[in-house]
Order: sequence, then structure tokens, then C-alpha cells
Amino acid sequence: MTLSPSRPAPVTGQAPQGGTRLRFLGIGLGAIALLLVSVGAAITVGPAEVSLVNVRDILLNHLAGADIPVRVSKEAIVWDDRLPRALVAAACGAGLGLCGVILQSLLRNPLADPYVLGISSGASTGAVVVGILGVGGTVLGIPGGAFVGSIVAFAVVLVIARLAGGANDKVILAGIAVTQLFSALTSFVVFAFADSDATRGVMFWLLGSLEGVRWNDVVLCGLAVLAGALFCLFRAPVLDAFAFGDDVASSLGVSVRRERITFMTVTALLTATMVSVAGAIGFVGLVLPHAARYLTGPLHVRLVPVTVLIGAAFMVWVDAISRVAFSPSPLPVGVGTALIGVPVFIAIMFRRRRAL
Amino acid sequence: MTLQTREVAWNRSGRLVVDGVTLSPRPGETVGLLGPNGSGKSSLIRLLSGTARPTAGVVTLDDTSLAAVSRRDAARAIATVTQHADTVVDITVRDIVALGRIPHRGAFGGHRQADDAAVSDALERTGLTGKAGELWHRLSGGERQRVHIARALAQQPRELLLDEPTNHLDIRYQLDLLQLITELPVTTVVALHDLNLAAMFCDALLVLKDGRAVAAGAPADVLTPELIALVYDVDATVDLDEKAHRPLIRFNPSSRDAHRPAADAEA
Repeated sequence: MTLSPSRPAPVTGQAPQGGTRLRFLGIGLGAIALLLVSVGAAITVGPAEVSLVNVRDILLNHLAGADIPVRVSKEAIVWDDRLPRALVAAACGAGLGLCGVILQSLLRNPLADPYVLGISSGASTGAVVVGILGVGGTVLGIPGGAFVGSIVAFAVVLVIARLAGGANDKVILAGIAVTQLFSALTSFVVFAFADSDATRGVMFWLLGSLEGVRWNDVVLCGLAVLAGALFCLFRAPVLDAFAFGDDVASSLGVSVRRERITFMTVTALLTATMVSVAGAIGFVGLVLPHAARYLTGPLHVRLVPVTVLIGAAFMVWVDAISRVAFSPSPLPVGVGTALIGVPVFIAIMFRRRRAL
Repeated sequence: MTLQTREVAWNRSGRLVVDGVTLSPRPGETVGLLGPNGSGKSSLIRLLSGTARPTAGVVTLDDTSLAAVSRRDAARAIATVTQHADTVVDITVRDIVALGRIPHRGAFGGHRQADDAAVSDALERTGLTGKAGELWHRLSGGERQRVHIARALAQQPRELLLDEPTNHLDIRYQLDLLQLITELPVTTVVALHDLNLAAMFCDALLVLKDGRAVAAGAPADVLTPELIALVYDVDATVDLDEKAHRPLIRFNPSSRDAHRPAADAEA
């Protein structure tokens, strides 16, 4: 072990590199298979009985122009209700996991999730302003109000953080402050103006709900996630470069301030889109990146696709279970993600501890 | 040509941490930055690396203002090892060193043959080949320091900036490291605390006090008892090693009393 400038460079480590590549390929293919199976299986779950064969026939009818006879009621349940719902769930899980990856890297904080930027509380304020006060109700609807609210909250966080110097801890503190502010505003509107029915409706929506999503929601969420994932994959080295802080990132050729604003804006738009369609689904963005990191290690070129895939599969299952667990009354999917996600998270923490 | 500063100053929220410093190393030279804590060594390195912009004067890379060079192009020419760069990420030594290849890579960050070779070479030079698979948080302070230096070497820079790189290192690795950077075909600016190490390895020295350059030149010309008393407020004896033409500094323990009028009166 000497520091020798003269020794020629032996090309070592090719074999372990090859090994991790093969391992990553296996994990990636496994995650794709898991997602496909999850969507297929989730569609069969529910009060009305639908078999996997039915699912296959209906998909072939719609996608491949086949003409297999299937009962109309089943066709409607699968094509108009359960399939779009599973796909929106998948998109939300993928998108929230992706946002978690971005923020945990940029803010260098393993506890960062899409909601540290005040986005969910901004969304709830937007939702109650539209849903209870009726401001802009016909134009925006509750989803539109949530989208506007989350972007406003995010902008306030950025402005405060910028005025306070722009460091990571300032962003997190500003996020916490703004989250509290908008939560208080939401509570204020609910207590001052809402009747109990309106409150219940808004609360249910806020906890995360995939009730009544349609194909236009699938298109919206799907495109948003696809764009976000490609963006992150394209810029994976930038996310890696933040591991040792802004100065090291800068010395590795990253324009720190510009990249930070860009990534945060992508995160905010993506999260706001998810929240406007499905409400504030907690926990996925915090935990799924950790689960994926356990499989792939910290490099984002692998972490991003795997987080997207397992986030999607996780959400599909949580939604399926939430639909039927307390049937006929549905459980808000945000409650389901926490109830299922917390034990999974703790299990990962314990396993990692043993591995160290 | 190379990385230079002309009369740079940095007013960091009301405090002038660098005050009109001009630095123009010759290509391939190793320049030592000396000065007590808070004298502006780290700040000058931040200006040289482009992490911070000077409030007056200019930093140039090949006669172009560093402010006009893209971060990516700058990172291909300049590698920096700062102090206290830590992470919470569970990342291996090899992956950290590979971060040095980021400015050389295209999109997706896929590994290429040249990248693997540069990383292996940097690991080898810093004696870390056997630790390549080790996780960051399991390394000792000295190993972490070497990992950062390996990362900087993997960047294959023309200019290397090191902020007290010998901190945390055993004496043997201090010597090995400084030997390595003086032999590398790159221009190096290195902030150091140890005057003897600076005298042994640097081609030129720049001494800072309160953000100002108070002396510059060859070690034998710069490191005089008068300058050491002025800058560090300690009494030292400087001998000249005739063979190597390098100054050797000994510090005199009772030195602080000698400056006091009371002590003089008693004697």
C-alpha cells in the first residue's frame, strides 16, 4: 500500500463490475415482471369476481383487436374501473418514489420525501379553498385547486429558502414552516366554513384516494412520470454528484444552483400532478427509495429505474388491498400505504443493520 | 497559462476573507498555501476552484475568466479536495472514486473502458485498491482523505487544489501523498499547516495573514524566523539543509514569553 505515481495502471475490477451489471439486469427484469404481474393480479381483486383469464381476454380485445366473448359487466369493471385505477396507482407509486429519490439526493437527507417542500399541505389548502369556499370551483375543481395550492406552497418554500441563504437545511426548515402554515390555513377553512359532509369528503380525498379515476388520469399521470423518470435517468450522474455536498458537486462540474432549482421544479410539478389526481399519499416517497437502494446501491442510474418499478408495484398492491380490506367501505389509500409501508420500512432497517 | 488569480478579493457577508491576492503558479509546480487558521487559505481555494466567485479581481483558467468557463469544462481541468466532505450515502470506495469521472462522461453516466482504467489507476496510486469494495462509513479518517484524493486523481485534472489534505493522515501517508502530488504532472495548490512539510515538498509558497499575501517565493526565501513570528506569533529557528536547499524549522517552546515585556524585565 504505497502512493506510487510511477506504477502503471492495472485494469482491475472488471469482473466485479460485470457482476454488478448482471445483478442489476436481474433486479430490473424481476421488477418489470413484478409490476406486470401486480397489475394483472390487482385487477382480479374486488367484490365482483374477475379471473386472470378474463383480464387477459379483455386486454386482448381492447389492445390487440381480438374478439373474445366476455360478459359486458366484467368488461366494464375491468376496462373502465380497475385497469385505469391500477395504472394510476402504479404511476403515483412510481412518481412519488422518484420524487423521494431526487429530494433525498439533493437535500442530502434520508428523511426527505416529496412533501418536505410543503407540497401536500399546499395541495390540501388548495383543495379546501375550492371544495369548501367554492373559489374557482367550476373552473378548477378540487384537483385543479390542489395543483395550484401545491405550486404556490412550493414557490413560497423556494423564496424563503433563497432569502435565508439557500442551503439544504434552509430548504428543509422553510418546508417545515410552510407545511405548518398551510396545514393551519386548511384547518382554519375547514373549521370556520365547512359543514360535516363537506369536511368528510375533503378529508377522504386528502388522505389519498383513487376512487373514480379514469383514463384521462392515466394519461396525465403516466406521461408526467415517464417524463420525470427519463429526465432523472438522463441526469443520473448529477444526482450522484450531490452525495458529498454542494462543493464537491460543483467541483465535479455540476452547476449546483441551476440543477437544484431544475430538479426541485420537476419534483414539485410531478408531486402536484399526483396529488391533484390521487390526494396526498404519504410514505411511498420516503420509503421506496430506501427499499430500492437496498437492492441496487446508491448510484442513480440503477436506483431511479428500480425505484420507479417497485414503487409502482407497491402502490398497485396497496390500492388493491385498500379496496377490499374493509369492503364495502374503502380505506383511503394513503392510510394503506402507511399501514403496510411502516412495517416494511422497519424490516428493511433491521436487515440493513445486520448487514453492516 | 494555468490557473491564476489577479488581485482577487472575496467579501463574504461583510468580512473580507481574501484581500487582493495574486497567484500565478508555473505549470507543473506545487505551490503551498500557508497561514494560520482563518487567514484565508480555504477561501482562496474556493475561489480557485470556482465554487465561489471573487467580489473583486479575477480568477483565470488559461487566460479565460473562470466565471466564463462552464462548470463541466472547469471540472475537466481542475480537481478539488475540500475539508470535511462527508456523506450519509452507503457508497463504496470505487463508486466514490468513479464520481471523478462525471465531468468526462456523457448522459446516463454509463461506464466506459477509459473511466474504469482511470478509476483503477487512481485507486492504485492512493493505495486503495484493496479497499475498493469497502463502504465509506467504515473507513478511518485517513482512508476517507485518501478516497477524496483518489477521486480527484480520477478526474485527471491539469490543476489540483487540496485544502489541508494531510489532516488525519499518518506521517507516512503525509509524506507519500505530498511525494505523489509533487511528482504528478499537474499544477498543484495545496493548503498546509505543517511548515516543514511545506518546505520539503513545495516549489513555491504563498503565506497569507488576514486574507492578504504577506510573503511569496521559494521556501528558503519565505520561511524566515521573522516571517514565522509575524504570521504565527511564535519563535522559531530556521536552519538551511545545505544538500536539499530546504529550510528546517524548529519551534522554541518558551518563545511566547520572550516577547512579553514582563518576562524581559525579570531576565
